[in-house]
Amino acid sequence: MATRRQNLILAALLAPVTLFLGVFFLLPLLIIAVFSLLTPGLYGGVEWAFYHWNYGRIFGWADGIAEIFEPIYLRILARSLGFAALTVILCLILCYPVAFWVSRLPGRWRLFFLFLVTLPFFSSLIVRLYAWLLILKPSGVLNAGLIWAGLIDQPLEILYTPAAVVLGMVYVMVPFMFLPLYAAVDNLDRALIEASMDLGASRVQTFLKVVLPQTLPGILGGAVIVFIPSVGNFIVPDVLGGAKGLMVGNLVEQQFLSARNWPFGAALSMIVMAVVLLVLLTSIARARRHGGQNA
Amino acid sequence: MALLEIRAARREFVTPEGGRLAALDGIDLDIGANEFVTLLGPSGCGKTTLLRAISGFEGLDGGTIRLDGADLAALPPFRRPVNTVFQSYALFGHMSVARNVGYALEVRGAPRARREAAVAEALDKVGLAGMGARRPSQLSGGQRQRVALARAIIGEPRLLLLDEPLSALDRNLRQQMQIELKTLQDRLGIAFIFVTHDQEEALTMSDRIVVMRAGRIEQIGTPREIYRRPGNRFVAEFIGETNLFPVTIDRVEAGRAVGRTAEGLEFLLPAGTARAGDRALAVLRPADFSLADQGIAATVTRAVYLGSDLHLFAQPAAGGPEIRVTARDSASAPQAGARVHLAYDPQAPHLVGAA
Repeated sequence: MATRRQNLILAALLAPVTLFLGVFFLLPLLIIAVFSLLTPGLYGGVEWAFYHWNYGRIFGWADGIAEIFEPIYLRILARSLGFAALTVILCLILCYPVAFWVSRLPGRWRLFFLFLVTLPFFSSLIVRLYAWLLILKPSGVLNAGLIWAGLIDQPLEILYTPAAVVLGMVYVMVPFMFLPLYAAVDNLDRALIEASMDLGASRVQTFLKVVLPQTLPGILGGAVIVFIPSVGNFIVPDVLGGAKGLMVGNLVEQQFLSARNWPFGAALSMIVMAVVLLVLLTSIARARRHGGQNA
Repeated sequence: MALLEIRAARREFVTPEGGRLAALDGIDLDIGANEFVTLLGPSGCGKTTLLRAISGFEGLDGGTIRLDGADLAALPPFRRPVNTVFQSYALFGHMSVARNVGYALEVRGAPRARREAAVAEALDKVGLAGMGARRPSQLSGGQRQRVALARAIIGEPRLLLLDEPLSALDRNLRQQMQIELKTLQDRLGIAFIFVTHDQEEALTMSDRIVVMRAGRIEQIGTPREIYRRPGNRFVAEFIGETNLFPVTIDRVEAGRAVGRTAEGLEFLLPAGTARAGDRALAVLRPADFSLADQGIAATVTRAVYLGSDLHLFAQPAAGGPEIRVTARDSASAPQAGARVHLAYDPQAPHLVGAA
């Protein structure tokens, strides 16, 4: 029977990716989930005994001492979400107009520009971030330039501040925002813009009622792709952020590599994942409902 | 005074090779307040550029466009009392049909109740009553066409521009829409400017046809004038099927000229300004000829069956190009190889310049 045969072929084709994701994604995730509920070992590792204060600690009660309430981890998590949201917004503001500009370029220039956008991927992220270190430090290129131009007297303290972290994350994430946005903008039928203006809509009305809703899939796609890795990012705050720039990703890294408290690191990871999922699902649901109202 | 006055409109484009191409090369055109005018021409003749200059999406390098005496040049598209039905319809896919149709009122801030009433009325006018809740993607091509039409007329424009709106429809639907468009225009009492490259469409609907070529107007006239009295060879060949006979005027007598082809065929022609010795083209439509007992002797080379009519290709015995003849089909209709005589209505021939 044809359908049975097709099913077999389909299963055969899907098997490699299923196996790969099962072994290298689902299994580790399961290990993390289990570890997050185990007792931390005295010298790293875990003891196989159930322990729920890993989560308690995240929410502010360290190791079951209910009298001491200090939600420092929640604050770091909130800060990470805030930084990630800010990164998404800044990337969007930077990329949206450029996407329009690029989509209007003649074919050859468009390809060249898309190549430029992907150019950063050709070199190591760490190297590029250290370049930012040289730019931002008090005696760096930026401050030297501003002082030379007479705009400031004292070097700006940008490095090791939250601003440096957000700046670095925007820099890293811009290509991820640009590509889905560009795809959406490039797909936008110019006749729709003309139809809107022809029917009496001003440029602002046309943008809000036609261009924005028509490119919303690209905006959402870019926002998701930027937001997720931004929340858990630890390399940028590691290089450019000081104590105030610490993000939840650094915390997880520390638990696994320095503090050797794997269960706590695992619990943090699970919470980050849950929060990111929650934020994404609610924002997508809201966007969809909003789109439905528009219709 | 005409509703729309176009004077010496010029628009040039730079070609990829760096040359200059005049898409509009000195257009003068007046359009009355409730006229159905068709811009007709081959692709690249400037008809769409002219339409876009009126709607405001294309600027002019020279000349003026006035609506009710007011120059449109300074007005952006969204301030012009002109609406367009786009070739691709350009419906907003993220909106319902009703919101698409009501868009012009929505952006003007019309109250909801008035908008809904106007949308219902506009949908009713185009035969889509009750379809407001659907999405454009759920409609057929013909229905989308009607939505685009309803959306363009709801703002009560003085002038409706239609950019080849029927080109994506199949033949039956297209013919039906042609009649509906003309009826709608009569009922609305506004001017329509319709762009097409389909001469049949132009003849069916128009009060006047503007034939364009290479950025210039070749002829303006009623469908009958354009068809019966083409101003030049281009118009004669572009509109409908034509037999063109290069003739030299032999003599002019009693208001009639006699033209003779190189092969010796003689045609009785309207004299006009022709003088003996002039070279010109005699224009005869296939339907101007009829099968007769005497006349031009010819042999049928092909007979094409067209339903009620029969299209004959006849080779004159004297030589020269084949003559195309439309005859009524019947049991006794000539077949390929038949020897026939062709007569023509003496009022039918028309003379155009030889160029």
